[in-house]
Amino acid sequence: MPSLDLTPGSAAAPSPRSPIPFVRSSRWADLAFSAAIRTCAFSLFAIVLLLVAVLFANASLSLHSFGWSFLSRSSWDPVARSFGSLPFLFGTLLSSLLALLIAVPVSLGVAVFVLDICPAPFRTFVAYLTELLAAIPSIVYGLWGLFVLVPLMRRFAGPALVRAFGWTDLFREPNFGMSLLTASFILAIMIVPIIASVSRDLMRAVPGDQREAVLALGATRWEALRLGVLRNARLGILGTVLLGLGRALGETMAVTMVIGNHPEISANLLAPSYTLASVLANEFAEAIGHLYLSSLVEIGLILLLISVLVNGLARALVWAATRRGDGLQRRAS
Amino acid sequence: MVPSVPEPGSTPDTQAPDIQVERLNAWYGSAHTLRDVTLHIPARQATALIGPSGCGKSTFVRCLNRMHETGAGTRVEGSVRLGGLDIYAAAQAADIRRRVGMVFQRPNPFPTMSVYDNVASGLRLNGVRRKRLLDEVVEHSLRQAALWDEVKDSLRTRSGANLSLGQQQRLCIARALAVEPEVLLLDEPASALDPISTSKIEDLIYELKTRYTIVLVTHNMQQAARVAERTGFFLDGALVEFDETKRIFTNPRDRLTEDYITGRFG
Ligand SMILES: Nc1ncnc2c1ncn2[C@@H]1O[C@H](COP(=O)(O)OP(=O)(O)OP(=O)(O)O)[C@@H](O)[C@H]1O
Ligand SMILES: [Mg+2]
Repeated sequence: MPSLDLTPGSAAAPSPRSPIPFVRSSRWADLAFSAAIRTCAFSLFAIVLLLVAVLFANASLSLHSFGWSFLSRSSWDPVARSFGSLPFLFGTLLSSLLALLIAVPVSLGVAVFVLDICPAPFRTFVAYLTELLAAIPSIVYGLWGLFVLVPLMRRFAGPALVRAFGWTDLFREPNFGMSLLTASFILAIMIVPIIASVSRDLMRAVPGDQREAVLALGATRWEALRLGVLRNARLGILGTVLLGLGRALGETMAVTMVIGNHPEISANLLAPSYTLASVLANEFAEAIGHLYLSSLVEIGLILLLISVLVNGLARALVWAATRRGDGLQRRAS
Repeated sequence: MVPSVPEPGSTPDTQAPDIQVERLNAWYGSAHTLRDVTLHIPARQATALIGPSGCGKSTFVRCLNRMHETGAGTRVEGSVRLGGLDIYAAAQAADIRRRVGMVFQRPNPFPTMSVYDNVASGLRLNGVRRKRLLDEVVEHSLRQAALWDEVKDSLRTRSGANLSLGQQQRLCIARALAVEPEVLLLDEPASALDPISTSKIEDLIYELKTRYTIVLVTHNMQQAARVAERTGFFLDGALVEFDETKRIFTNPRDRLTEDYITGRFG
């Protein structure tokens, strides 16, 4: 193959140069740095261990009294000294899952809109707006929920749902506005910005040639988005959704303000409910008696374990996604 | 071979068309990348495009299946007629891309799909679901692209991303062949291949051009000389010379072409 660079005389003669005076940095600086880093890393580890240990120690009374049945008992009666966490587990898990069900499609819609459909001048504005929403303190969401969402649910959304789906057990009177469903809405609104902005970044990180590859096969714009972008980002998006779930599970203030705080298991989504985080926030300060306090601490322990589990799963997925992503960073030939 | 299933790769119902390009101009933003390119790409022949890096060869072939317009801020003017059909004025982009297949300069297999699904992706997009047909087309396409022997044992377990670069390139060729386009645009399809795979790809082009119209971008002049009836020389976004391959390489009309093919450029 004729090569263009080999034209005679075109190669510049190497110019003589003086040797570079390399200076070695001291070995001690290296050692000190590594020791400092190790200390930081270890102290994080120690904090987590300490946290779990303290929770275990303070929950020991409840752990001994109720054993595994603490998870399956549904009475919460300080007077009778009878405690069980099932209603709180139920409220926490169901409200968070419902929130995801609402938030995931909306978030992906927002992400795709910002990435692909939104006219360029508005793109940064919409992106900024999503990030702003993510930064609002949860008590503000709670206040908004109390003054806007709750009346809305009581007067319009609730009755409409009862009329339309009253034949199922999911939506029934009485409807006070404060309910599991209202909490799910608030949670959804709170996690949409996170899921939307992270999945938008994940989608933007997919190399453009993936979408081109799909288009070149005769695909429509939507097919190219689905196969060339969403499919490639799907593991990371799943991880992000789990991070959102983690946030929803632990959210306290906003939920406490709109969920009604009533420890009862009901199929009716319009009925008030209670979550692990809310009961801790509401009752910890006035818990009298060792068993009562210990039961609350055990609830905290359960919440911690659930969060660790969900977050661990999310991290693992994001990690797997970035590792897989390496396959996408192909070199130019 | 089962008689009820037509052999994949058998003669298409429609005869592959020619391509008439007239005064084609293309821009990236304000950069005027292609200038007034006019040429006729004959049907069922291979046409090679050569020229120094950055002269606009890729941009040109991407205008032939309306891929250029998918980039942000891009613009195309002029006309491209695919067998008489004006692809910009009178057709849907997706239909054109379905008829004019493309293998990109940089291999872009789908990393989340297996080798099998990569090749089958185009057919599935076009609604083919029958497993027997898919199986046959996948095998046939991979054989044509000289990749079958290397992947036949891991068709469904191996991802498109953990193939070698040259294998990825052949996978992309197989993926483009699977949908049986009428025109095939090959943008340096052998740039990452060893001599044996390269000659297999050249054999494939030789065989395919009896049925397909082929446009081949290459930096390898021997390759152009071996497989292409006609060759065009691009420089700075303009088509300097377009003629029979033999003529371009033995007796070019233009001084610039001669300088380029004799390596006296620059
Ligand atoms: N996406 C893009 N945005 C802006 N300019 C581009 C883009 N792609 C290509 N160009 C420019 O357009 C010109 C032609 O590029 P093109 O890719 O068509 O060259 P080429 O002939 O295919 O080169 P090579 O042989 O290196 O592949 C170049 O100057 C390049 O810098
Ligand atoms: Mg190119």
